[in-house]
Amino acid sequence: MATMIQAIRMALHVGESRLGVTDIFGEDVGPPLGGVFTGTQGLETAWNTPLDERGIIGTAIGLALAGKKPVAEIQFCDYVFNTIDLLKIAGNTCWSSGGDWNVPLVMMTPVGAGIRGSLYHSHSFDAMATRIPGWKIVMPSTPRDAYGLLLSAIADPNPVMFLMPKALLRVKGRPGEEIPGAPEDDKLLSSMIDAPLGDRTAWKPQWPALEELYIPIGEARVAREGTRVTVLTYGRNVAMCLAAADELAADHIDVEIVDLRSLHPYDWTAITASVRKTNRVLCVNEDTEITNFGEHLLRRITEELFYELYAPPRLLAGAHVPGIGLADSLEMASVPQKDSIKAAITELARHEP
Amino acid sequence: MMSSSPASTRPASPAATSGRLSGERCLQIHDLMLRSRLLEERLITMYKQGDGFFWIGGPGEEAFSVPLGLLVDKGQGVDHDYLHLHYRSGGTLLAMGADPTDSIRQMRNVAADPYSKGRNFAGHFSVRRWNVAPITSPIGVQFAIAIGTARAQRAGTGAKGITIVEGGDAGTAEGDFATALVWSSRKGAELPLLLIVTNNRFGISTPYAGQHGYDQIADRGKAFGMPTAVVDGNDPEASYAALQHALAYVRTERKPYLLEAMVSRLRGHSSASGANLAKDELDCLERFENTLEERQLLTRAQMDQMRASYTQELVDASKQVRHEAPPDPSSIWDHVFADKNHVGGET
Repeated sequence: MATMIQAIRMALHVGESRLGVTDIFGEDVGPPLGGVFTGTQGLETAWNTPLDERGIIGTAIGLALAGKKPVAEIQFCDYVFNTIDLLKIAGNTCWSSGGDWNVPLVMMTPVGAGIRGSLYHSHSFDAMATRIPGWKIVMPSTPRDAYGLLLSAIADPNPVMFLMPKALLRVKGRPGEEIPGAPEDDKLLSSMIDAPLGDRTAWKPQWPALEELYIPIGEARVAREGTRVTVLTYGRNVAMCLAAADELAADHIDVEIVDLRSLHPYDWTAITASVRKTNRVLCVNEDTEITNFGEHLLRRITEELFYELYAPPRLLAGAHVPGIGLADSLEMASVPQKDSIKAAITELARHEP
Repeated sequence: MMSSSPASTRPASPAATSGRLSGERCLQIHDLMLRSRLLEERLITMYKQGDGFFWIGGPGEEAFSVPLGLLVDKGQGVDHDYLHLHYRSGGTLLAMGADPTDSIRQMRNVAADPYSKGRNFAGHFSVRRWNVAPITSPIGVQFAIAIGTARAQRAGTGAKGITIVEGGDAGTAEGDFATALVWSSRKGAELPLLLIVTNNRFGISTPYAGQHGYDQIADRGKAFGMPTAVVDGNDPEASYAALQHALAYVRTERKPYLLEAMVSRLRGHSSASGANLAKDELDCLERFENTLEERQLLTRAQMDQMRASYTQELVDASKQVRHEAPPDPSSIWDHVFADKNHVGGET
């Protein structure tokens, strides 16, 4: 089964060979490296930029204005912060011009903790991203969703942020998470599309006969059905919440996990349905907790679904500290872990009004 | 609807070797400079009369901005020039054939403002059919964005157009100016990009020497191996010739060129500083009118008559716009997202 990073690479291949992607670019994105996470190996339109994030985002906007279809990568979202006014421009160009221009670009960037990345390889970007109107924002939690969301992002006429949970990039898909057209045999797939170590100048990938798959932007996925507590989460935390839920099942706590997949627009219909069903809700994400996207969801749930709730809705998010420290103990204490998720769910499940 | 004289896209007559333009071309430039100046004065009056919230524009840059508009290869798509301008580029738009009434509409922020539907400040143009990218208030950002359209037109793509990016001297302190220098001059990946700096020697209130340690901004291009020039932007004939030369280089070589135009700032930074006449600045229109008089191309009486007539046209236009509807409050939700890929050719 493909890993998420292989799924992303295959989506980019479909993008450049069938969907009009003209430029895939960023720092170390082109040959010889093909991306620090290998996401852009063997792609025809991949090229290296100067180490200049503002230039990368500016170029993406300009290419889009010129009718091209760019996919720009910021190597780690920790380095996207100096481009925020350009991200604002990408998001406001259609609006400010009264619909005269649109900006069809994809910005992809690895986010989140989980690789012991210290201060500048552990940032999350979802809270900041959802503060920039005019963008669509997606974040997969499985290889299949990564493939299908990236194809939808490429096909969209608007700027789309594709947030890549870096801790999951090398995780293989599970049954049901197949990429249509990709061989299920890991070794076969790897021999076809993974660049060899060492000299790659003569190497060319053998792309499988991939089929297009479009996961609609704005559509959540119920990752696990349950009746007792709803967990609203995305990205890296989905797998963590699933593991927590599996363990809690032994305690007869039946957890429903909604993988939002799209942060903007988000699937209010799916959220409403799940909250009406379980009457208890927990938001889980890794970004710092003050002015967190989960706070928005809780605000809306409180306003619109107040009388559905049997317990105060909760947010479990990153500690509001200036960074994620390198030591294992520090990282674990800074962002939600399986045990803290279990504890929060248990508390919600046992709360009686 | 008012209209200014339409611009030809690629002028057939090059600058005379003496540096002088033909009488016909001089009269065309003068006409546009005058219309542009009077339009800015009308917008300032509108501001002072409460018919707009804020004014910013380019009085004092007409001798450069008008020739630029006349020399642009105007059209849509990569076979024409992309323009990433700044908020002092009204003369360029007028010379390209923009309707002055539309500037009045943007000043008055009415729904019929074709540049921003009442959303943006005066002088913040956006015209996709002419490749004029939306002008933004943050300074310098256009230098980063211009790299992208220029890349879409680089050598080997077959695109005929080039990208023109323009900003002020103070904005070159932003990192995006260095970004454009770095990205456009990479060996083997050079971009067909004309970088223009209009140097009015001020960043709002900070004088040139307060933020630049070098004599000319154009000199920065030398480190990147690109040709550079400094032109008297108060002289429309010199500006025309310098632009022709720079444009020809970028069109032919598909490589960057940095042109710095020394201009005046006749009404200060914006309405925030009063928009009052700066009496110690050289007035390019006044100087050019003296030249035209000396060359017996126009008499003072003719120029006075033109001024009176154009002023009246603008007064009439602003009266008309005063009756046009403001944007509907519910329109704030329009165009947050596009339904179609317009820039990709979907209609």
